[in-house]
Amino acid sequence: MSRARADEEEYWHSSKFRAFTFDDEDDELSQLKESKRAVNSLRDIVDDDDDDLEKVSWSGDPVGSISWSIKETASSSTSSLESRDSSLQKGYSSYSAFPKQASSYSLSSLFKGRNKLPSFQSLSDALSDTGVKNYAPELRRPKAEYKDYSSDWSPKDTVRRMQRGKVCSLERFRSLQDKLVLLDEAVAGHDGNIITAVLIFLKRTLRKEILFQELEVRQVALCHLIHFLKETGEQKLLLDLLRFLDRTEEVALSQYREHLNIQDVEKRREFLKGCIGLPFSAEDTSHVQDHYTLLERQIIIEANDRHLETAGQSEIFRKYPRKASILNMPLVTTLFYSCFYHYTEAELSALQIPDKQYVLTALAARAKLRAWNDVDALFTTKNWLGYTKKKAPIGFHRVVEILQRNNAPVQVLQEYVRLVEDVETQLNLATKYKCHDVVIDTYRDLKDRIQLAAYRCKVERGSAEEEKIDSILNNTQIRWKN
Amino acid sequence: MAFAGRRDAPEPPDFAILKRLARDQLIYLLEQLPGRKDLFIEADLMSPLDRIANVSILKHEVDKLYKVENRPTSSTSDQFCFLVRPRIKTMKYIADIINADKMAGRSRKYKIIFSPQKFYACEMVLEEEGVFGDVSCDEWSFYLLPLDDDIISMELPEFFRDYFLEGDHRWINCVARALQLLNSLYGPFSKAYGIGRCAKMSYELWRDLEEESESDSQGRKPEIGNVFLMDRDTDYVTALCSQVVYEGLVDDTFRIKCGSVDFGPDVTSSDKSIKVLLNSQDKVFSQIRNEHFSSVFGFLSQKSRNLQAQYDRRRGMDIKQMKNFVSQELKGLKQEHRLLSLHIGACESIMKKKTKQDFQEMIKTEHSLLEGFDIRESTSFIEEHIDRQVSPIESLRLMCLLSITENGLIPKDYRSLKTQYLQSYGPEHLLTFHNLKRIGLLTEQSPGETLTAVESKVSKLVTDRAAGKITDAFNSLARKSNFRGISKKLGLIPRVDGEYDLKMPRDMAYVFSGAYIPLSCKIIEQVLERKSWLGLEEVLRLLNGNEFSVTESAGEDSPAWESQRIILTVFLGGCTFSEIAALRFLGKEKGYKFIFLTTAITNSARMMEAMIETKA
Repeated sequence: MSRARADEEEYWHSSKFRAFTFDDEDDELSQLKESKRAVNSLRDIVDDDDDDLEKVSWSGDPVGSISWSIKETASSSTSSLESRDSSLQKGYSSYSAFPKQASSYSLSSLFKGRNKLPSFQSLSDALSDTGVKNYAPELRRPKAEYKDYSSDWSPKDTVRRMQRGKVCSLERFRSLQDKLVLLDEAVAGHDGNIITAVLIFLKRTLRKEILFQELEVRQVALCHLIHFLKETGEQKLLLDLLRFLDRTEEVALSQYREHLNIQDVEKRREFLKGCIGLPFSAEDTSHVQDHYTLLERQIIIEANDRHLETAGQSEIFRKYPRKASILNMPLVTTLFYSCFYHYTEAELSALQIPDKQYVLTALAARAKLRAWNDVDALFTTKNWLGYTKKKAPIGFHRVVEILQRNNAPVQVLQEYVRLVEDVETQLNLATKYKCHDVVIDTYRDLKDRIQLAAYRCKVERGSAEEEKIDSILNNTQIRWKN
Repeated sequence: MAFAGRRDAPEPPDFAILKRLARDQLIYLLEQLPGRKDLFIEADLMSPLDRIANVSILKHEVDKLYKVENRPTSSTSDQFCFLVRPRIKTMKYIADIINADKMAGRSRKYKIIFSPQKFYACEMVLEEEGVFGDVSCDEWSFYLLPLDDDIISMELPEFFRDYFLEGDHRWINCVARALQLLNSLYGPFSKAYGIGRCAKMSYELWRDLEEESESDSQGRKPEIGNVFLMDRDTDYVTALCSQVVYEGLVDDTFRIKCGSVDFGPDVTSSDKSIKVLLNSQDKVFSQIRNEHFSSVFGFLSQKSRNLQAQYDRRRGMDIKQMKNFVSQELKGLKQEHRLLSLHIGACESIMKKKTKQDFQEMIKTEHSLLEGFDIRESTSFIEEHIDRQVSPIESLRLMCLLSITENGLIPKDYRSLKTQYLQSYGPEHLLTFHNLKRIGLLTEQSPGETLTAVESKVSKLVTDRAAGKITDAFNSLARKSNFRGISKKLGLIPRVDGEYDLKMPRDMAYVFSGAYIPLSCKIIEQVLERKSWLGLEEVLRLLNGNEFSVTESAGEDSPAWESQRIILTVFLGGCTFSEIAALRFLGKEKGYKFIFLTTAITNSARMMEAMIETKA
């Protein structure tokens, strides 16, 4: 990763991209802070009243908005809108006088030959305007008028009529031939609503094997049926269809999906056990197996720990009560949990996990507990001569970051900052997290007198660090590069 | 920045009438159930409804408002009206209420208003549940919600999953009707372009509707001259990138919903949240929305200095001047002050969040993926992102970006990333990976080219069949994103010497820090320039074709008509604020005005979330 850092630096400095950073110390942010100060200083001048502010309820929705009102209904189901809203109703008495004009204009005929529509200021304006009925919404005639009993329409016309929302009987399409022509017309019409409507009819009037067979060569219609079955929850028919199509993997996944709807963990575990034998791909079979094993372990851990917690005997549970149950959590979260509560126990080995993921997780857990010895042990390796060395499968800058997030003391932090390979990254981290020793040593090693002298004003007056800097600066042995 | 021959972009037409139409129709429909009634509103419809009506308008004969949710109601009203999306689940909810009433021997009147239309499958459920005759059904044709001067949303986020994942054509009719309405109000459109299967079908269905309705639009002076339809799957790359223009960042960070955003306490620096409408009416926002984030600070500090200066003028004023100041200027200044402090707060909050997230490293990885450099390094960045359990959505997004730019992951990487993902975020994401594979967002490279040759042959056979369309199953297998080839052909990665000046952008690449010109926008630019697809054959081959270009009416060649420079761009499956910003930029450069019609505003997170399976 250190190489990446160096590249990154180079990238931002040399390339065409402006080195725009999201760093705290950045000029941009200080600029922003300055603007904020300026604006805030004006606050006392302007904050006297909020007259131009929207009225906002506690939840942030403007008073009078629909979302707001629904929340209100939910919280006080007895009070009606009327009593509450009287203040908001200026001018709405005119509203009840909305003339119930029965216009026969349809939406499409309204806009004939018009090129600029007048825009009305308000509803009442609109109502007083005599021309307004032209813009009234489409006023529907009773549904019965649309009904068509003659049923002589061709498949194409039938589809067309259905598309226009007219009720059409499909019952007269009785021969397989007729049904399929109808289906193909629906597909050609591009309206999924009609395709599904025809499929509902076919599903009702054809034996499923016949329907499936015809759909196999009609992929668009097939997609619609599959989607329809998913939405209506006709799982059995869906599985039959997928099996018929030989889509075995989808059969397996579709069954596995059902576990999402099982709340009870014991039942869920049993269900997952049953899933292991399903025709997944080899890769997914092992994932499902892992899923089952994980839940099985979690059930054991949960029962055990709930007992420990209620008994109040275990110190760690008393000190850090559990925030949530571990059931149905991902593997890494389970590992974190185990590293947190059961670090010294053998339980950990039951969880198979790659090195990187293990180290990151264990580090985060132990750091949270401020168990710095465990952190130390995590990275310490012994070579064959018995020397110890620090090694990590992840970059040490990540280690530093995780430690810092858990408020590790400077002594711990700087030990790991020193292990960051790339000097520049190291220096950045050391400066950012105030690991003065590391900064001072690095400048000394770089023989950078100017930077070191500049750093002197960043450490506390009369501190050991200042003394150290002074002694280095006064050291005549060092050959400064500047 | 002044270019020779540059024309000012024409003004967009006024879309306020669309809101009025929707509102009037809703009121009319509510009147069809005379008397007092309780109204149950689907959660998804609440925000759109808020944009066209408010409680006082709905109060018209409506007693109480409820949200449609899985809870039995305690209402005592004897009339229920349900305002819902046409969904099976909702139908079952309504049927349960009616059946419970029947059991209790209670009689009420029920009405369902479907928006934007009713589906036969819904009526089937009502019939099966035995309540068909007990309810009356109606449709509220609320297809189009103007979110801003130049953005109209259909507010159908489910369009993306329904069409691109499930292959369901249920929303195509709505798109066609939306086009018909816009054409009748602001057309006739003289020229239509498009790319993608859905674009083609929507266009055809719209033409069918037009032919039938025989509206006489002859001789009418159109306000919108051109329409350009595009399927989201033409360009997934752009939608997957982190957004860095202000409006995009605000959307990625806080989620803009129906053109408004909830700024929480961290932004408002108080204990309450504020809902803010983000549109061209906001004097501060309208000036920064399209800017690269790095230019925003400078603007805001300049603005706050100006504001300070204006307030400072009070000093030394006499009473009369002061009176003038208070009555005429103070209100405007206060409004500006409020907006300024909100946007400064938002910037701060964005900075804080992004600094925490290694945003810079992430952007660097994205740029490498777009350019095709350091693939190994990017892969390990993604791996580490997963291992550290950083946001599951971000991890998915990065994997998809890797997959699309590389034409699929190599099998070894696919397996190892998938395994680690399942371990970090939960084994049930097995289903997510399956969905991503089906839609073609995250695929595994096939071991040899031989299989691909077979695939393409088979898919050709299938295409030629009478049944017409290439099968979805084959489609996702055979479809290669070919991003590298396309990028090269269209020059999507600008090669510029020196620094890319984000404050004075030279091309649309500025919306991605100068690293990448959004593919979707580049296609639109190229076609508009050529007034056809001619010369783009090679790109089209790589994009899997399905393009069209039709001249609708004769006599469109009178260039004096401003409408010819107004282009309705239709994004089927969603469009991002970055794309909107890029096209607004292009419009300024070339004198076009783009009107955006989208099935919904989208971003990478929404797309990824649409792929996750949830319990029924």
